[in-house]
Amino acid sequence: MQIHVKVNGVEYKHDVEPRLLLVHYLRDVLRLTGTHIGCETSICGACTVHVNGKAAKSCTLFAVQADNCEITTIEGLAQNGELHPLQTSFKEMHGLQCGFCTPGVIMTAADYLKQNPHPTEEEIRTALEGNFCRCTGYQNIVKSVQLAAEKMSESKPVTKEKKEEVVV
Amino acid sequence: MSTTNGLIGKSVKRVEDNRFITGKGNYTDDIILPGQTYAAFVRTPYAHAKIGSIDTAAALAMPGVVAIYTGADVAAINGVPCGWQVNFKNGDTMKEPKHPLLAVGKVRYTGEAVAIVIAGTREQACDAAEAVQVEYEELPVVVNAAEAVKPGAPQVHDEAPNNMCYDWELGNPKAEVDQAMATAAHVTMLEFVNQRMIPNAIEPRSYNASYDAANGRYTLYTSTQNPHLIRLLMSAFVLGIPEHKVRVVGPDVGGGFGSKIFHYTEEALLTWASHKINRPVKWTADRRESFLTDAHGRDHITKAEMGFDKEGKAVALRVKTFANLGAYLSTFSTCVPTYLHGTLLQGLYTTPKINVDVTAVFTNTTPVDAYRGAGRPEATYLLERLMDLAAHEMGIDPAALRFKNFIPPFDGVNQPGYQTQVALQYDSGNYEGVLKKGLEMLGYEDFRKRQKEAAQNGKLLGVGFSTYIEACGIAPSAVVGALGARAGLYEVGQVRVQPTGKVSVFTGTHSHGQGHETTFAQVVADKLGIAFEDVEVIHGDSDSVAFGMGTCGSRSIAVGGSAIMKSVEKIIEKGKKIAAHKLEANAEDLEFAGGRFTVKGTNKSVSFADVALTAYVPHVYPKDLEPGLDFSSFYDPANFTYPFGCHIAVVEVDKETGTLALRRFIAVDDVGNVINPMIVEGQIHGGVVQGVGQALFEGAEYDENGQLTNGTYMDYCMPRADNLPMIETAGQVTPCPHNPLGVKGAGEAGTIGSTPAVVNAVIDALWSGGHIVKDLRMPITSEKVWRAMQTA
Ligand code: FES
Ligand code: FES
Repeated sequence: MQIHVKVNGVEYKHDVEPRLLLVHYLRDVLRLTGTHIGCETSICGACTVHVNGKAAKSCTLFAVQADNCEITTIEGLAQNGELHPLQTSFKEMHGLQCGFCTPGVIMTAADYLKQNPHPTEEEIRTALEGNFCRCTGYQNIVKSVQLAAEKMSESKPVTKEKKEEVVV
Repeated sequence: MSTTNGLIGKSVKRVEDNRFITGKGNYTDDIILPGQTYAAFVRTPYAHAKIGSIDTAAALAMPGVVAIYTGADVAAINGVPCGWQVNFKNGDTMKEPKHPLLAVGKVRYTGEAVAIVIAGTREQACDAAEAVQVEYEELPVVVNAAEAVKPGAPQVHDEAPNNMCYDWELGNPKAEVDQAMATAAHVTMLEFVNQRMIPNAIEPRSYNASYDAANGRYTLYTSTQNPHLIRLLMSAFVLGIPEHKVRVVGPDVGGGFGSKIFHYTEEALLTWASHKINRPVKWTADRRESFLTDAHGRDHITKAEMGFDKEGKAVALRVKTFANLGAYLSTFSTCVPTYLHGTLLQGLYTTPKINVDVTAVFTNTTPVDAYRGAGRPEATYLLERLMDLAAHEMGIDPAALRFKNFIPPFDGVNQPGYQTQVALQYDSGNYEGVLKKGLEMLGYEDFRKRQKEAAQNGKLLGVGFSTYIEACGIAPSAVVGALGARAGLYEVGQVRVQPTGKVSVFTGTHSHGQGHETTFAQVVADKLGIAFEDVEVIHGDSDSVAFGMGTCGSRSIAVGGSAIMKSVEKIIEKGKKIAAHKLEANAEDLEFAGGRFTVKGTNKSVSFADVALTAYVPHVYPKDLEPGLDFSSFYDPANFTYPFGCHIAVVEVDKETGTLALRRFIAVDDVGNVINPMIVEGQIHGGVVQGVGQALFEGAEYDENGQLTNGTYMDYCMPRADNLPMIETAGQVTPCPHNPLGVKGAGEAGTIGSTPAVVNAVIDALWSGGHIVKDLRMPITSEKVWRAMQTA
């Protein structure tokens, strides 16, 4: 079947087997190997990408289901050569060890922070319960997301009241 | 530990992160080679069966299929070897049945491979594997180690009567221990199961093998913790192919936790097949295969007794363990319940008489081998459960009982190491120190008050202690050789100074999350007084690194780091000679500090980079010196290293529902000197959560037919972000006296210490509510707690 997708801003047209999984399409056809496979059963979260801006587990989507969709993978998260605040925060807070779960965790968190820019520790933990990490014990992952949330709210245009506060 | 530019001891951010956070890591499954084929396995659904006919005709005719091989095709090839020989008590050699690349005649555990199917795509290989018809005749099954040795139990291997691989004992003679036990005023006895764990690295095992006919060379990309070991075992012991014509690469590896140490049958089989079909063959386990075929961990059934005098001083420890090795011997399986378990049963205590007796057993289950901690968590669990339980039974505070029994502090320099009753000599320790610190962090006195108050509010609070020791820095070759290891466990470290003064470091250890590219670069940059960015660490490729034993047993910094240090010292020594020539001075009058060679007492000096350039452009050069600045060293440690610490868990139990929650976890770890505190703390976090996982969430379940009933992520409960508290960590530093960096290793500490602390806390909570429970089977769920409250 023909699919037409936009991945990390680039448009592709490919003829794919109907049973080809989206994750295999990304990894084997487009050679975007930053998206990993840890369980192929929608549980570990290693394969998380954004489909039309929402986090989705690409191991349980067929490539054909992504027809006419916009997909972002870890390789496309940086904008204009600038790393996403989550990427820099994971490095600063040692939120990764082997790095295998990391792309999926970051993609999940990136979507979550759009919905909830000021999460509590507990909210972050709940948001990440669909991403397994065997290395970090999650502690520094949580701290990385907290730091990214801080950075992202700082970089938002300052609100009017805030501005006045700053002036005062 | 002197530092020349402050890099040692600093939480330098990891260089490897740059590729991982951008999706540019390079894991084995990311690699596609020209002409790539894909393998799928036909695996037995039965745990024990005779194999009848295997019909591959239909499968071979399917689209894309390149080849199918069965046990008959590889029957003449050796099996994968076991790396550690343990003898029976009577001196006989352990039973070592062949561990074949594909099952021949019989299958012995669910998931064992019967045939390999190779095709042009992954999907074609999987389709064809399903079309292979195998006839099985089911045989009776045994899964439990204590049952397997009973008369009449199903036999896993004909050559291992009663399913025994070996029996083994260590420590004081049994009669002496019995006698000491008889004098005890109190004996605490615990029968427990240290359940089987499934390692679950998030990257599944993956291999990609190829053969280059033009040069007669094999290349194997493998998700391994020790590429050189795989190369040695596979070429010399399994396939009989020339080692110098084999390249083994462990690229980025997504976690190991022990499970990627071992030489797996699939590695050898793919390598063999790639030559047969003259095309690269790749296989990556799916998660179900990982559950069934990654070597599992733990699985001990133990009875342990500890006797105490009236004052609460331990007088004797007696241990009987049945260790389940699964259906075949995995690479290091045999040393785990013996030399990594029995030898740790002194713990931190002065117990004068100890006897440990281990029977290692074959069953119709997945092979069992080292899993993070390997034997040491089992030993710690045994001792620390006994200590807390004894305290409860004797009405002594569990912290006080430990203070009474601790080995007094010794630094291994001014005071000698501590000789245990179980063959080891501890290097240095201050055991009281870590418990004191832990108690302070907990606010212990206050805690007991809160515990009483909680009981009035419908909650039971419990605190559990674990003061652990481990033997790391594996291993002094002569010692382990005498104990049956079939390999030396030294390490190789090469430091190559480039003409511009930039430095490449080659290590035989392998990083799969530990951050060696950062830690080792810190050490070298610090010692050479150069910028961190000017050092690159290379590991994992047998073509670039001379040799190595890889990463296991928290050995990388203690053994690998020491090998690198030896080479750094050689660089500095040669550098002094070159500098002396340049400065027209005597080499003995030179000192090296802050990246400069200086004539003592003068301001005549030359930079490290200058010396490096001179070494490679030797126009003005000492006559008796070779050009170049590149040294390789082998380091064989003098002893193990012995990190230790104190872990404290606080749990809360709802009196009505039994709902169990881990509220606090305190980890005070003494891992000797620390190179990068951020990385060490990260190792502790991850280790603790794996240990908590064993206590509360995880455990393989086999039914009586040998089916792994929870072999999926729907059924096997992995620790998740939302069921853990923030871990409170602290350190203490007692340097290792026998290696140049004074380091002990931190990879396994968290896992070793944490499990008993959590279980002890649950037991303490139950006792505080008047429920006198000695043991709950791990993983301890809320349901188990609730049931215990109904009956006790
Ligand atoms: S690989 Fe998709 S959730 Fe695990
Ligand atoms: S960093 Fe290894 S699994 Fe998360």
